[in-house]
Amino acid sequence: MLRELYHETIIDHGRNPRHFGVLPEANHIKEGFNPLCGDKIKLFVDEHNGVIRAVAFDGSGCAISMASASLMAEHLKGKTLKEAQAIFDLFHLLIMKGELTVAQQTQLGKLRVLSGVCEFPARVKCATLAWHTLNALLLKDQSTVSTE
Amino acid sequence: MTAFNYKADFPILQQRVHGKPLVFLDSGVTSQKPRCVLDALTQHYSTDYSNVHRGIYQLSERATAAFEATRKKVSQMINAAHPHEIIFTSGTTESINLMASCFGRAHFKAGDEVILSVMEHHSNIVPWQVLQEQMGIKIKVIPINDKGELDLVVYKKLFSPQTKLVSIIHVSNVLGTVNPLQEIIEIAHAHQVPVLVDGAQAFPRMRVDVRALDCDFYTFSAHKAYGPTGVGILYGKAHLLEAMPPYKTGGAMIETVSFEKTTFTKIPYKFEAGTPNIADVVAFSSALHYMENIGIDNITRHEQVLHDYAIEKLKSVNGLKILGNAKNRLGVISFVMDGVHPHDIGTILDREGIAVRAGHHCAMPLMTHFNIPACVRISFGIYNTKEDVDVLVSALTVVQEVFA
Repeated sequence: MLRELYHETIIDHGRNPRHFGVLPEANHIKEGFNPLCGDKIKLFVDEHNGVIRAVAFDGSGCAISMASASLMAEHLKGKTLKEAQAIFDLFHLLIMKGELTVAQQTQLGKLRVLSGVCEFPARVKCATLAWHTLNALLLKDQSTVSTE
Repeated sequence: MTAFNYKADFPILQQRVHGKPLVFLDSGVTSQKPRCVLDALTQHYSTDYSNVHRGIYQLSERATAAFEATRKKVSQMINAAHPHEIIFTSGTTESINLMASCFGRAHFKAGDEVILSVMEHHSNIVPWQVLQEQMGIKIKVIPINDKGELDLVVYKKLFSPQTKLVSIIHVSNVLGTVNPLQEIIEIAHAHQVPVLVDGAQAFPRMRVDVRALDCDFYTFSAHKAYGPTGVGILYGKAHLLEAMPPYKTGGAMIETVSFEKTTFTKIPYKFEAGTPNIADVVAFSSALHYMENIGIDNITRHEQVLHDYAIEKLKSVNGLKILGNAKNRLGVISFVMDGVHPHDIGTILDREGIAVRAGHHCAMPLMTHFNIPACVRISFGIYNTKEDVDVLVSALTVVQEVFA
């Protein structure tokens, strides 16, 4: 079970997150923070005509939070805002319940590696920080994002 | 001393977690309870329970006697001059809030100063910040050196004619540093400034003698000292408590009430409005007796042996860095590991049956000082053994394997 949570891909993405760093051309920026554990993220999204051209993030946190942000950034590149919302809902289902249909699993692609989180309820907020930050960003929520 | 197995006294420690024996290394956050405390709780509710200080019937007399016996016991254990210098609160946090509100209103005005330290727990920072906002007081902060010891040279310079209180932690809940209270208090008293001590991590582990220390106020929590939750102690020198107005008012703390004028009763009841946490206060007596039967000095010895053993073993783990290395340390040990976030360490240790704490430990300014978002913290209780430390160190190699 531990190996499922700390899947090779997660360790890899946690250690060497993709799309890490400031995105100068971003037209949406939002911060997310989990005060109880110290995961911090700053999300940069370059969006044009309802299409996500690029996502990047800056921050520090546990392997789960960083890997989740990294995999999210990879996955959402080129997706429409509508598609991103659908993936957000599906991802939430994955880490809360862990059971998805084959079709749903295919939609999530590499994000599936985070399915192990459902066995570790205390870590759900780590896995969802980047996603909740993105959600708030796209819904233009002004309040501080936290998954606490 | 460590030949004695106290683990058997604690029912909750007999279980397995994820198929492994539970190794509880988070007594710094709260301690587990020996059977005698659990029995005392049930016993009280089954035979003596009633409201206290109010009834004229048998049950009430017995409940009141049991309640006041705890007050007397605490007073005795910390060598207070009199039981009425012991106030029951809901915990250390409430005690400090009480001080900020009541001592604050009695003695502070805009521009007055309180001295804290960078290693304080949030409960000894935020209430003073509230006073800062409400009343315009100033907060001055004692820094630490790179060993995690208070810089007393700077401390001496922080005093001014506006300083009204020093509020300081006895044993750090992150660094384990045991602060030189005698010296700190002497310096404050030389400036006619009283001292409040946060003894939450200290009381469960060492002898506290408030008159030898000559501290003006001392606070700790029952739940960290093998007692139930919801009970805190605030000790204060009688004349100082008498000069403070209460903040929590209503029943039990009055002499007479009329719509024209209400008068308050004497200490300690002045600060104990409403129905107290009766059964838990009563059961706390059993925890205190349990500690005394083992012997406070024996408890300190037990803790020191484990503490030193753990430091030695942890130092041998590659890539592990212990926070602070004060000359005098006891209680908690906090550390970070290269390339692995504390949260991840905590999850992996949990899977090995080991309970540790990972986070900022309610000491964000201290985390900022060390430039880390969080760290892992272990702490001991009377039920821990050297084997527990060995299990921990072995599990840390699992952490390294996962993140290799």
